[in-house]
Amino acid sequence: MGFERFGVISFASQTKAAPFVDYLDKGILMGTLCKKCGALYFPPRTDCSQCLSKEMEWTEVKGKGKLMSYSTLIYAPTGFEADLPYTIALVEFENKMKVFGRLSKSIKEDEVAIGMDLKYQVVKLPKDRITYEFTKA
Amino acid sequence: MKEAAIIGVGQTAFVRGYEGSIRELAFDAYREAMLDTGLTPREIEASIICSAPEYDKQRTPAGTIAEYLGLNPKPTFYIETVCSSSSSGLRVAYALVKSGLHRVVLVLGFQKMSEISSQDSQERMGRGSDVLWEAPFGTMMPAYYAMHARAHFQRYETSSEDLALIRVKAASYGMINKKAVYQKGVTLEQVLTADVVSTPLKRFDCCANADGASCLIVANKERAQSLSNKPVWILGLGAATAPINMSGRDSLTGLACAREAAKEAYQMAGVTAKDIDVAEVHDCFTIAEMMAYEDLGFAKPGEGKDLIRAKETYRDGKIPVNVDGGLLSKGHPIGATGGSQIRTIVLQLRGQAGEMQVKDPEIGLIHNIGGVGVYGNVSILGR
Repeated sequence: MGFERFGVISFASQTKAAPFVDYLDKGILMGTLCKKCGALYFPPRTDCSQCLSKEMEWTEVKGKGKLMSYSTLIYAPTGFEADLPYTIALVEFENKMKVFGRLSKSIKEDEVAIGMDLKYQVVKLPKDRITYEFTKA
Repeated sequence: MKEAAIIGVGQTAFVRGYEGSIRELAFDAYREAMLDTGLTPREIEASIICSAPEYDKQRTPAGTIAEYLGLNPKPTFYIETVCSSSSSGLRVAYALVKSGLHRVVLVLGFQKMSEISSQDSQERMGRGSDVLWEAPFGTMMPAYYAMHARAHFQRYETSSEDLALIRVKAASYGMINKKAVYQKGVTLEQVLTADVVSTPLKRFDCCANADGASCLIVANKERAQSLSNKPVWILGLGAATAPINMSGRDSLTGLACAREAAKEAYQMAGVTAKDIDVAEVHDCFTIAEMMAYEDLGFAKPGEGKDLIRAKETYRDGKIPVNVDGGLLSKGHPIGATGGSQIRTIVLQLRGQAGEMQVKDPEIGLIHNIGGVGVYGNVSILGR
């Protein structure tokens, strides 16, 4: 329960990884860690594909991230038009955890550069929705 | 390895807004392939139907299409790997004839993208990525490839001009391909000044949507030799996958699934990149062709730009690529695309490519990608 609150639009409401949203409510971005073999996952998953264990624990996305790449959309899929233009990005954090999301609009276009330091912050959206974005570290 | 061959090929014109049903669209490609071989429907022992089902109104289209093509009561199967569906279809056809289960198998790829409204189409585009973890950010195919372009620019000093050169090349061949959806020439300036879709990609960096169908007839060695005087042999097939989530990618400067599939295909065929005389690559975006040069080994990583700057991928260059206009100008009707690429290489190897003909090719390669590098298929064909 609760996963339908994730993002601007959520397309699927049910996943066993739904506590992800409860952690966002507390301001924390979480991946998962396999208790058995130590495999680290983002996005979080409740099953380990490395050792087939189902014993996973939540682990915070830590440290400063580095921007791997990005693109600013001028056209959007249905339902996202009001947000245009917005920038999607892939950011690598500690332990090589890579996180996909949007860049904060507080970062000016000419400041964006591959390799720049970023951190995540949780963003509350209208209608009790919630997401995260990347801002300057 | 000459154990299975393509003995017949067909393709409809790729158009915007085909005025007919998907079964009729399929029939047009099927008819051309059948006339190409001189076979009768009774000789087709199984059919493989390929498309991306989210565009179809018809549920389980294989049954409807097999019936319309007159292929009952023989078995039919549906294969889907989005944009590389019909290359996956070729792989399954190869397995069926090589196993001895069937001697002659038909691969029919189709897409009527105009079957659904443009609003429905926009909605589906939003669901093209992982619906749990990425689609909620408002993602689209062009934006993902744009991220790859940005990463390539940064690491290798590739530029928008380099990508534009690829579009200009595609358009120059779209102009001489009567089956292309976009038959107009495009200048460098037009590409560079067009509206931005998702930075740094602009309108002409993106392929043209289209309706269309393609058809291949695959036979085992004995049937190929008795039914065709110009069989084109399947020498090598490679297929691979990579995570749909960008979080699972090690780098964004190439596609791991393409490199993996290429390695497998080269190994099976016993050839290297240097032996390829003509190639069709999956240029859904200009950056996709640039990455393909490098993933396939036509150029070292970062040196793809030198190939296009020197016009080496033009018809008379060292390694001609997409001399039928590619997805950029010929068009990209998702399920039909791989079959169309394969048809182009078959015609090239037979010496039947008309104005697009490369000088006397012996070995050709097809690189067909599904999603943003989720499914990779590389096929190597020879005379």
